[in-house]
Amino acid sequence: MSTLPVKREKSNKRKYFMEKLSGKVFLFCALLSVISLLLIIGFVFFKGSKPFIGEGYSIVDFLFGNDWVPSENQFGIFPMIVASIYATIGALIIGVPVGLFTAIFLAEIAPKSIAKIISPAVQLLAGIPSVLYGVFGLAVIVPFLQNQLGLIKGQSLIAVILVLAIMMLPTVVTVAETAIRAVPKSYREGSLALGASQIGTIFKVVVPSAKSGIMTAVVLGMGRAIGETMAVILVAGNSLIIPTSLTDSIRPLTTNIALEMGYAFGTHQEMLFATGIVLFSFILLLNFVLARISSKGGN
Amino acid sequence: MRKLKDLILLGLLWFAAFLTVAVLVTIVGFIFYKGIGLISFDFIFGDYSPSGGGGIWPMVVTTIYTIVISLLIATPIGILAAVYLQEYAKQGRMVRIIRFATESLTGIPSIIYGLFGAVFFVTTLKLGMSIIAASLTLTIIILPVIIRTTEESLKTVPQSYREGSLALGTTKLQTLYKVILPSAMPGILSGIILSMGRIIGESAAIFLTAGTVAAMPESIFSSARTLTVHSYLVTQEAGDIELAAAIGIILIAIILILNFSATWISKKLNKADY
Repeated sequence: MSTLPVKREKSNKRKYFMEKLSGKVFLFCALLSVISLLLIIGFVFFKGSKPFIGEGYSIVDFLFGNDWVPSENQFGIFPMIVASIYATIGALIIGVPVGLFTAIFLAEIAPKSIAKIISPAVQLLAGIPSVLYGVFGLAVIVPFLQNQLGLIKGQSLIAVILVLAIMMLPTVVTVAETAIRAVPKSYREGSLALGASQIGTIFKVVVPSAKSGIMTAVVLGMGRAIGETMAVILVAGNSLIIPTSLTDSIRPLTTNIALEMGYAFGTHQEMLFATGIVLFSFILLLNFVLARISSKGGN
Repeated sequence: MRKLKDLILLGLLWFAAFLTVAVLVTIVGFIFYKGIGLISFDFIFGDYSPSGGGGIWPMVVTTIYTIVISLLIATPIGILAAVYLQEYAKQGRMVRIIRFATESLTGIPSIIYGLFGAVFFVTTLKLGMSIIAASLTLTIIILPVIIRTTEESLKTVPQSYREGSLALGTTKLQTLYKVILPSAMPGILSGIILSMGRIIGESAAIFLTAGTVAAMPESIFSSARTLTVHSYLVTQEAGDIELAAAIGIILIAIILILNFSATWISKKLNKADY
């Protein structure tokens, strides 16, 4: 008997082993994203729930309390929750119509030469680091509001709303444009053939058919707005009050974490994690809505 | 009447698009107008001086460190994860869970990543406020981006390539690294470029994990500030809009270069002969 078959068998064995091993390694890499997500949720929730489980703080006082005075162990984040919600809704009211109309324009109306200018502009707008939006807001929008409205302090809810509306534009435009482009051509042809005008077709046929994609765009833009931190710090003004007017200075949830994390320790730090949980819950809620939308869109 | 309504709506569509472009032009124009006076060779390559007037070289170096380290870790993991999802896994519950996790990671705001990094990498793993802690946090942030873009480009590799290679008697693994991955390379590269943009633009997560020390980092275990964090701090603490804008010019220039190379690569991808 020659040694050749034995050798071949050995090399085959090695090959099979490598095949099996590589499959396992690939699986592990893929599982790392699951592990990361679990670690993130686990650590943030563990740290943030400590004051309520071990130290006797009340969740109700935390969520609905009006006073945040860490030095006196008072941790109420209600004003911040309200501020975050107002700022997000305000940004949606401005950002969504502008973004959606830009998307419709790009997908349906724009001559190719103009679309060629706008699309890269939107892409660049998406790439600009968020800090720079804050710098722009502080140096341009804040003084503008101060002069126009005669405010003592230009850093306000309306300044945050304007900055966030600008920041959500690229998300809304890109996602909505994709959705509108995905509407089959036959829909448009059918509507035009029935004698509808181009604009009528867009608003009565195309946009309603792209509804679920457009909703996705809105929810994603919302996520971007509610989670934004550094740009918001610079223009929010940081007052711990429940805003009653657009010109009030505010402190949203995210800025509370970023501003105090640097020096907080003990219960104070855990309360910042609890603030993170509230923020996280908003995001999870949005993700849930998003999943509902996309499963509906599938039908 | 209907004509008038159409005309108004059409006008609004043009106006919205105009507004979007005007906003961009205003922001970029403002940043350049304010910052261009400071830009010089010494500004970019000069050492930082706390008394003002110095350069931003330490922050450039820190930014490069974070990019290189997080890409070194996230790229192989992301590519292999995508390979598993596209080429190896049976589509079923496991894949659904992994996809759900990856998508959820995309939606988490960076301040939450910062909180996690601060408690996990900085405190629990005892890395301290450091470049490495920030880079590991960034690794998780960009992982979904790399997985998604790699998956997309794996999908574009024609089935016949795999069949042809396997028919020649190669193993799955050989087919993967000799045939599939090379054909998917342009897509993977543009994913890496996208991630670089994400890292350069990131600030909140880095702020909480790398700290704010304004000096040349001695090693990757030192605390340091990236360009974005520096830009934020000089605005917040000193109100120095010009300096922040000058850093902004550098950041926007890098982003533009990245965008162009991504477009260029994807054009090449479309021209490739399959």
